[in-house]
Amino acid sequence: MTFAHRHIISTKQFSRADIELILDTAERFKEVNQRDIKKVPTLRGKTIINLFYENSTRTRTSFELAGKRMSADTINISASGSSVTKGETLEDTAKNIEAMDADAIVMRHSCSGAPDYLAKRLTRCSVLNAGDGFHEHPSQALLDLMTMRQHKGRIEGLTVAIIGDIARSRVARSNLHALKTMGATVRLAGPATMLPPGLEELGAEVYTDINAAIKDADVVMMLRIQLEREGGNTLMPTLREYAQFFALNTENVKLAKPDAIVMHPGPLNRGVEISSYVADGGQNVILEQVENGVAVRMALLYLLLGGSDEE
Amino acid sequence: MAAIETVILDNSAITRAITRIAHEILEKNNGCANLVLIGIRSGGDHLARMLREKISAIEGVDIPQGAVDVTMYRDDIGSGEVRPVGKTDIPFAIDNCHVVLVDEVLYTGRTIRAAMDALVDMGRPSSIQLAVLIDRGHRELPIRADFVGRNVPSARDEQIEVLFDDDGNPLEVRLIKPS
Repeated sequence: MTFAHRHIISTKQFSRADIELILDTAERFKEVNQRDIKKVPTLRGKTIINLFYENSTRTRTSFELAGKRMSADTINISASGSSVTKGETLEDTAKNIEAMDADAIVMRHSCSGAPDYLAKRLTRCSVLNAGDGFHEHPSQALLDLMTMRQHKGRIEGLTVAIIGDIARSRVARSNLHALKTMGATVRLAGPATMLPPGLEELGAEVYTDINAAIKDADVVMMLRIQLEREGGNTLMPTLREYAQFFALNTENVKLAKPDAIVMHPGPLNRGVEISSYVADGGQNVILEQVENGVAVRMALLYLLLGGSDEE
Repeated sequence: MAAIETVILDNSAITRAITRIAHEILEKNNGCANLVLIGIRSGGDHLARMLREKISAIEGVDIPQGAVDVTMYRDDIGSGEVRPVGKTDIPFAIDNCHVVLVDEVLYTGRTIRAAMDALVDMGRPSSIQLAVLIDRGHRELPIRADFVGRNVPSARDEQIEVLFDDDGNPLEVRLIKPS
């Protein structure tokens, strides 16, 4: 077995074997999370820094729990409570963290490419991308794939419809690469203002009609409308109009296969991209995604920090 | 030059050893009340299954059997290549049970230490006992087996391999000497 990665920046870096190894390892760690004592000594003595320049509840908590359940020391730094507000550059902050002998930096940043920038400048520390701008969110895509595999028994051959603000969705991009690598069909759908050019070249089928995208899908993944981006520029006239044409509701969800699962990366805008009836309905696996998130992040940390650099 | 391989236990010798160990386990525990078998992956889980079948044939009782993978508990994580984590599958509570850990070959004792740490994370057994097919010596920790199929004095540079078929039935045990 080999896992030849020191950093995790994009799902594009993974082969099919890599993704299978990550998902299999995550299943093993999920068993730990179901025990009464949810702790193993696997990463004793390792230090993991969560460096978050952007708000997050789920991802930060999930990475923190992942590290703690493997006995690593995890520290959280948020931009608002750090020297970032005093004008320190990203590179200086990271090099100072590395000088304290941290083993991994889990990083979220509003600038696409920030984790890659750091990965190229740090010599000892691993960098994990926990979401960078509109670029990628690899651990989210991997937990999505884990959830799909648990429900469908496979990923190859599935039809996955991803619907919403594709242009600004790092979740969509990470899922697209990972799903294509695993042999799934990926449909991306949303209003034309939210569909960037060139998606077909990445292997996606593109739809502006949500009903056509949902038709016979195995998985329907709704994306969050990003109300906080670019001073509230939501790329649509009104939320109400968006909800009318692009929300998943009790009617259009019936177009998918009868056993289709409904996913959402959270946080939910209930009544905007997804109706509460569907979000809480029998097909939703949204909280399973969250549960799998901890296991996937444990697997990623183990695979990065559980070996030695010496070849 | 090729290494020299000697078969030290064939299939019927393995079966006899397992049958004897099954009787010894029942004798020591006065039957099979609260008795559970947990095999250490990989290999030990196959032997645990054989022991369960023997015990079932002798006592007419099916006792719980599980498997533990010790990768998360190893003391050499971080050295060498990262190792794949196998499945731990213990679908029953081990509290107040007499757990018999089952492994193929007892060598340094480090795997057993890791397995015991894994077990106490999952509950508080009344006792943990150890059954192994082969004890080859060279302990690095104060650990001994309660039930041994065969003691095989060996040199550190030798290897002992237990071979199984695709269904997990043991074929033979080989001693491999470097030449």
